[in-house]
Amino acid sequence: MVIKTLAKSIRNYKRDSILTPVLVAIEVLLECLLPFAMAEMIDYINPPQTQVTRLFSFFPHLVQGSVNGEAMTIEGVLCYAAVLVAMAIASLLCGMGSGWFCANAAEGFAKNLRSDLFGAVQRFSFANIDRFSTSSLVTRMTTDVTNIEMAYMMIIRMAIRCPLMLVISMTMAFITSARVAWVFAVVVPILAVGAYFLLTRVHRLFQRVFKKYDRLNRTVQENVHGARVVKAYVREDFETQKFTEASDDICRDFTKAERIIALNGPVMMAAIYVCMLLIALVGATVVVKTNAGVITSGTLTTGGLMSMINYVMQILMSFIMIGMCVMIIAMSTASADRVVEVLNEEPTIHSPEDAKTEVADGSIDFENVSFRYSQEAAKNALSDVNLHIPSGAVVGVLGSTGSAKSTLVQLIPRLYDVSEGAVKVGGVDVRRYDLATLRNKVAMVLQKNVLFSGTIADNLRWGNPDADDRQLKEACRLAQADGFVESFPEGYATRISQGGTNVSGGQRQRLCIARALLKDPKILILDDSTSAVDTKTDSLIRQGFRDYIPDVTKIIIAQRVASVQDADMIVVMDNGRVDAVGTHDELLAGNAIYREVYYSQNGGESASKEDVTGGDDNA
Amino acid sequence: MRKAKQGVFHKGALKRLLSFMFARYKGKLILAFVCILVQAVIAAGAIGIMMQRVIYAIEGLTDVSQLGSVYTLCGVMAAIFVVGILAAFGREQLMAIITQGLLNDLRKSLFAKMQHLPIRYFDQHQSGDIMSMYTNDIDAIRQMISQSLPMTINAMVTLVTVVVVMAMYSVYMLLIVLGVAVVMFLVASKLGMGAAKYFREQQIAMGRLDGYIEEIMNGQKVVQVFTHEEEAKADFATVNDNWFHNARAAHRYANTLMPIMGNMGNLLYVILAISGAAFVLAGDKFHNVSLAGYALDVSVIAVFLQQCRSFSQTIGNVSQQLNSIAMGMAGAGRVFALMDEKDEEDEGYVTLVNARYDDEGNLVPAEERTGIWAWRHPHKAEGTVTYQLLKGDIEMHDVDFGYVPEKIVLQDVSLHAHPGEKYAFVGATGAGKTTITNLINRFYDIADGKIRYDGININKIKKGDLRRSLGIVLQDTNLFTGTVMDNIRYGRLDATDEEVYAAAKLANAHDFITRLPQGYDTMLEADGANLSQGQRQLLSIARAAVADAPVMIMDEATSSIDTRTELLVQRGTDQLMQGRTVFIIAHRLSTVQNADTIMVLDHGRVIERGSHAELLAQKGTYYQLYTGAFELE
Repeated sequence: MVIKTLAKSIRNYKRDSILTPVLVAIEVLLECLLPFAMAEMIDYINPPQTQVTRLFSFFPHLVQGSVNGEAMTIEGVLCYAAVLVAMAIASLLCGMGSGWFCANAAEGFAKNLRSDLFGAVQRFSFANIDRFSTSSLVTRMTTDVTNIEMAYMMIIRMAIRCPLMLVISMTMAFITSARVAWVFAVVVPILAVGAYFLLTRVHRLFQRVFKKYDRLNRTVQENVHGARVVKAYVREDFETQKFTEASDDICRDFTKAERIIALNGPVMMAAIYVCMLLIALVGATVVVKTNAGVITSGTLTTGGLMSMINYVMQILMSFIMIGMCVMIIAMSTASADRVVEVLNEEPTIHSPEDAKTEVADGSIDFENVSFRYSQEAAKNALSDVNLHIPSGAVVGVLGSTGSAKSTLVQLIPRLYDVSEGAVKVGGVDVRRYDLATLRNKVAMVLQKNVLFSGTIADNLRWGNPDADDRQLKEACRLAQADGFVESFPEGYATRISQGGTNVSGGQRQRLCIARALLKDPKILILDDSTSAVDTKTDSLIRQGFRDYIPDVTKIIIAQRVASVQDADMIVVMDNGRVDAVGTHDELLAGNAIYREVYYSQNGGESASKEDVTGGDDNA
Repeated sequence: MRKAKQGVFHKGALKRLLSFMFARYKGKLILAFVCILVQAVIAAGAIGIMMQRVIYAIEGLTDVSQLGSVYTLCGVMAAIFVVGILAAFGREQLMAIITQGLLNDLRKSLFAKMQHLPIRYFDQHQSGDIMSMYTNDIDAIRQMISQSLPMTINAMVTLVTVVVVMAMYSVYMLLIVLGVAVVMFLVASKLGMGAAKYFREQQIAMGRLDGYIEEIMNGQKVVQVFTHEEEAKADFATVNDNWFHNARAAHRYANTLMPIMGNMGNLLYVILAISGAAFVLAGDKFHNVSLAGYALDVSVIAVFLQQCRSFSQTIGNVSQQLNSIAMGMAGAGRVFALMDEKDEEDEGYVTLVNARYDDEGNLVPAEERTGIWAWRHPHKAEGTVTYQLLKGDIEMHDVDFGYVPEKIVLQDVSLHAHPGEKYAFVGATGAGKTTITNLINRFYDIADGKIRYDGININKIKKGDLRRSLGIVLQDTNLFTGTVMDNIRYGRLDATDEEVYAAAKLANAHDFITRLPQGYDTMLEADGANLSQGQRQLLSIARAAVADAPVMIMDEATSSIDTRTELLVQRGTDQLMQGRTVFIIAHRLSTVQNADTIMVLDHGRVIERGSHAELLAQKGTYYQLYTGAFELE
């Protein structure tokens, strides 16, 4: 249930969420009483010619006195003034209080909801993350939460105020004169049906228009981003033409929708006026009959008639407001559905019960592994993989884009679960480990490596929050990053900007490697992590691995043959299958794919010449 | 409501917006104004007066047959109602048409203007800022025009009516009302300012929150790999809390405004009652001043008290509009600021035409594509036109350039690319490789030196024609929403389907395109998010290939394509560009090896130049790069 799921996020703002409507209710009551006190005061200052029937009286003796011809006194006026001031202050306090608590409740709810969403995403597995795109998650946490917040504010303030106003006014109207108030009983239902049709029609229309409008804005965005392409191809007029057509189209639809919604005002006005006229006509007859003494029950005076006219306004106004509330709430339902979808998403990977919290060594076994990204996927991303990697080995993985190299290694730290077969680390199925233990022992440098805003040291400590400066330096030395970090004026305290754009690609990659090393892993996986690093540094990094962390199993995915050719074993991937496993010499002699890649990078004849600065394969 | 300087600025914007509106919708606006006026007068005065008369007519009647006069009055009232409803209908319909039409006009002018802004503008403004003009600012303007302006006009009419009625009865009492009104306005603007301040703060906090969410969502997989979930949650809580405090304060201000205004109205009521009563009781010692010459008696107080309610209600309504008016004016200010930006200048007069040789061997312009292009020079003085064959010979002489005057990016760069030559730029990020190509197509203008295209100073060539003669594959691949076919055809709008297929084959993109769900008709959305970076690069090469321009610039065009595929792509483009000039910028040395000339750049200067073999022989920087002793970047 959508509402139930959302309501869980109210938590510590329950008090505010309840106080708001309570205070609103008191405020509405005061608001309805105030006119009575005011009318009585006017009657006291300027007594009417005829007898006024009242529902109740604040100062019966004063009213009685004025009717009997006693002149008003300043004390009398002050009595009324005191009541009015007291009511106004009470109403002010309730109004301010409800506004205050409403701000707490609505913003607090939004805060909690957003943090629940964020928490939910933190529990996601890679498969869960793939289901939602990054931008859609961001939208859900920002725009959608804001929409829900607005609706919530509406609910706790208006959803009480308007119906209460409606009920009180109706009750008052019926008490004043049931003989006249039946007019409402006729007009209001007709209006309700009419409003319902109008609103649903407009709602649909607007949803359509808003979609078009979004598309138009996306066009603008593309254009802003692609300004260089537009100019390079001299497509300014073409783009303007395209935009003009789309904008005109939206203008037509929008105008149509707005014109329908614009009927709302005049129709409501007509309803109010019709009610007034009917009440004046019906009321006039009742008043005359009362004056003539024809009827003795259900009498009505001219004063009463006047208040009936006032109720017309109040009743229909509340009615309009209720319509608006319904509309805003309806508009937020789409947002609510999207948010709940994230909240209810079940993480596909959990730590098992009685999980193993110890990883014996860095050996890896793939046993008949097949893998599909989703159950609906037409074909396997990986099929029939059998690999046995001893602890401490250096393994190179090579293959063209889309050959499933990354998919293969992502199964090791259990970022995805196999569809068939098993992946074992240290001789134990990865599904039997505690997730945190496994992932801390299997360090992985992702292909899409990301640094976060903060200092270099902050970023490195993602690997080990307790690492001291010496350990940071050591890891960086091994990743060949210490040199350039020290060359920065602020060294390890240098700030990294969002996305790590203020360090070069090669530097970013080396920092990411250092970050992974700090985990002190048993298995280290580099997914195309040195593509922007020059060959010399690249080989120094690999040499360092051999010398300083010989026991760690190292898996290196690379585009460059040079990065893998000295590995203990090289796995050649092709189209989701292992094409061949062997050493450089074996593969060069016996594997067509390996040979082709090798010669495309080495010009065919000379083995010493190679592509030095490397590829930048982000695909 | 705002600081003085800003106030002036926004007032200017409002004036301009109104005249923009008036110029387009004069008739409709006047009509709408009349409708607003009629409606306001009816709502403020007519109905109350008529009701009063109906009540008066009923008063004391004792026989239903005497109700004739009441029926007549109701008839008159019905007529007034009909007029009121018609006015409301007219106003709402007209405002809907005017608002939407105006927004459409604004949007279109904004977009058309944007197309003609220099690239520099896009460098200096974040895309998010530009976007928010189309969304937030236009929306704020909509709010202001369709709601706040009519409401304010309506309120002013009501206020004037009320004030006139009050003045008719008692100027002293009116002064009291006005005094309280001033206080009400002060309170409203004070609260409004508080709300505005915190709404701004909230906006900033929201921006930070968005930024954090985006950063973490983008790096979510890294978070998981490093089991960093709890830390991320803690950091998020800090940013989220900061937003919460500002948002809460903003809404506290905004939410309490209405009850405060409403109850100040109630207090005004009480003050009027007491003072009125005091005046009356003072009797002869006090002389009333009024337009109608009434003495101040109890009936006058009653009138005042009644008018007082609609007075304070109106002020309350207007105070609620203050925020949206301020936002609308700020929005209009930003929109007009963009419209006032200077267009990209173009003083060129030499144009590019398709050409052919006539029977005598003279170069003459052709209607259709011939594969031969000519520069068309009009000579103003003699009134003649000459045609010169486009060869693709590009020279730069001692060119200096900086994106900002203080920081020189290129210094003394000279080069001469001969027709048919393949010219490559190599160098670290920021060495100025892309900048050189940006100068050739005049995205930016050089500070010093000369650039000649077939011997013509490029300043003399019309920018559009200069760019048409250069096929460019940019470093950032930008694709547009539309089919794959549309995206490739972007290079040349009149290309046939066959030409598109041919270009795709040439760029080695045909294979993967045919494997897409709907082949060439597959819709690309969100900048081709459903494609890999390499596939997007192939598409953008195909786009340039279909343009079939005489000179080609490829800026890191194959950086995300694996080396095997790159070889195939190169073969294709070499075939296409046979005999034409090509500029290549690449990070990967294997990409540039077969270029005729390779130019090594360092910090905006040319440090080495020559063919691959020559440069290796020099044993300089290029040699070091090639042997891996050196890292680019």
